[in-house]
Amino acid sequence: MIIIKDLIKRFGDLKALFGVSLTFSNGECVALLGPNGSGKTTLIKSILGMVVPDSGTISFNEESINGNWMYRQKIGYMPQIGHYPENMTIANIIDMMKDIRKGSHNHHDEELIKSFGLHTMLHKKMRTLSGGTTQKVSASLAFLFNPDVLILDEPTAGLDPLASEILKQKILKEKKNGKLILITSHILSELDDLITEVAYMQDGNLVFHKKIAALREETGEQRLAKAITTIMKLDPS
Amino acid sequence: MNKILKYVIFDIVQNKIVLLYTFFLLVLSLSIFSLENNSAKGLLSLLNIVLIIVPLICIIFSTIYIYNSAEFIELLVSQPVKRKTIWLSIFSGLSISLSLAFFVGVCIPVLIYHADTTGMMMMATGLFLTVVFVSIAMLAAGITRDKAKGIGLAILFWLYFSLIFDALVLFFLFQFQDYPLEKVMVFLSFLNPIDLARIQILLQMDISALMGYTGAVFREFFGTYTGIIISFIGLICWIIVPLLISLSIFKRKDL
Repeated sequence: MIIIKDLIKRFGDLKALFGVSLTFSNGECVALLGPNGSGKTTLIKSILGMVVPDSGTISFNEESINGNWMYRQKIGYMPQIGHYPENMTIANIIDMMKDIRKGSHNHHDEELIKSFGLHTMLHKKMRTLSGGTTQKVSASLAFLFNPDVLILDEPTAGLDPLASEILKQKILKEKKNGKLILITSHILSELDDLITEVAYMQDGNLVFHKKIAALREETGEQRLAKAITTIMKLDPS
Repeated sequence: MNKILKYVIFDIVQNKIVLLYTFFLLVLSLSIFSLENNSAKGLLSLLNIVLIIVPLICIIFSTIYIYNSAEFIELLVSQPVKRKTIWLSIFSGLSISLSLAFFVGVCIPVLIYHADTTGMMMMATGLFLTVVFVSIAMLAAGITRDKAKGIGLAILFWLYFSLIFDALVLFFLFQFQDYPLEKVMVFLSFLNPIDLARIQILLQMDISALMGYTGAVFREFFGTYTGIIISFIGLICWIIVPLLISLSIFKRKDL
């Protein structure tokens, strides 16, 4: 469970988050939506402690994350654009991660490594990989430690349809295991059968946070894409 | 901490620059010692290398290395690892590998040719200067995000400590030459790690007589055991203070 209260973050003069408050409960699959530059990635990075907010609090399982780092053992994160040390091979990266997170996670979920076919190219250096393959590595690392919370920033951007379907099936499977999943994406049609809640952000503000069923009822639309456009017309703020 | 340190050292060892640096120091010190008949003279030539080249290479290499590890740092920050651990591991990795390079490149030839107290002092101050300049590099890299600016800042720091500071002190001396400044000079030398190292080595070489009255005051202060200990405490401060400042910057940095 993640509780965010009045989060404010500025980057110089630019205000990225204007007092966002949100609660994510276990077992939900939340879509974090919004136009480019609406503060989605900043919010996600704040949860991970990669961005230090100016004010506001974030708590993870009732514990403040400020100055804490142990909670990240329970999170698997897939960045929008993964940056990896260029001289390391895929195998090096995976082994290093296993080594760093040793102790608390002795069971590794290597399903994605196999289904993406990464096990056949473990010796390749990260520098030589294509954008899509790098995304596959990021996804495999996020799921590797069987975390309670999965944070996926634009997971399918750059993946081919086959890989993106594999990832989607994996997300569905983990959702059934009762994990909290946080996804940002622009491709709304993919999210239809995945998500249970929608949080919509614009210009650093949270516009709404609703259950998908409530959203469908309110707008009378079954498809997420249509429901979102309808609600944006109704509520232009 | 050990796990990350292991990866940092592994990465630096793969980097050929450190090997090249070791080799360069080794060739230089061996050739200096074999060119001079008097190994004490050789030591004096080596002194300039220790005071100029070693800080330069250490600060530039470390700054560039920290910027090039941006991906590594970004990857680790989202993992269950303390930021402090990441930063200190990079610092220790750089310090250990560059000190090792200095040890092989300078200490071993000195031990072979001139292993007296002067030689020992040179090895000790050289190792300290290596770590001091890694620490200053951490600060330079922590201050700015821009790699070009960071490297520029590192070069500026080096220039300041090896040239500009001395020029400022000289200027200050000429301006106030009517006043007794010997005690002030002792204090001022603590503001520059390179000066601290230089004074310690020169005093061991017994050429402080050439430095006149100031030399005598220096001898009186730095020549005693307390003086030596205090100047090494000064060098330790030069390691700890920049490192702590850079650590507090890194802890609040957005990645």
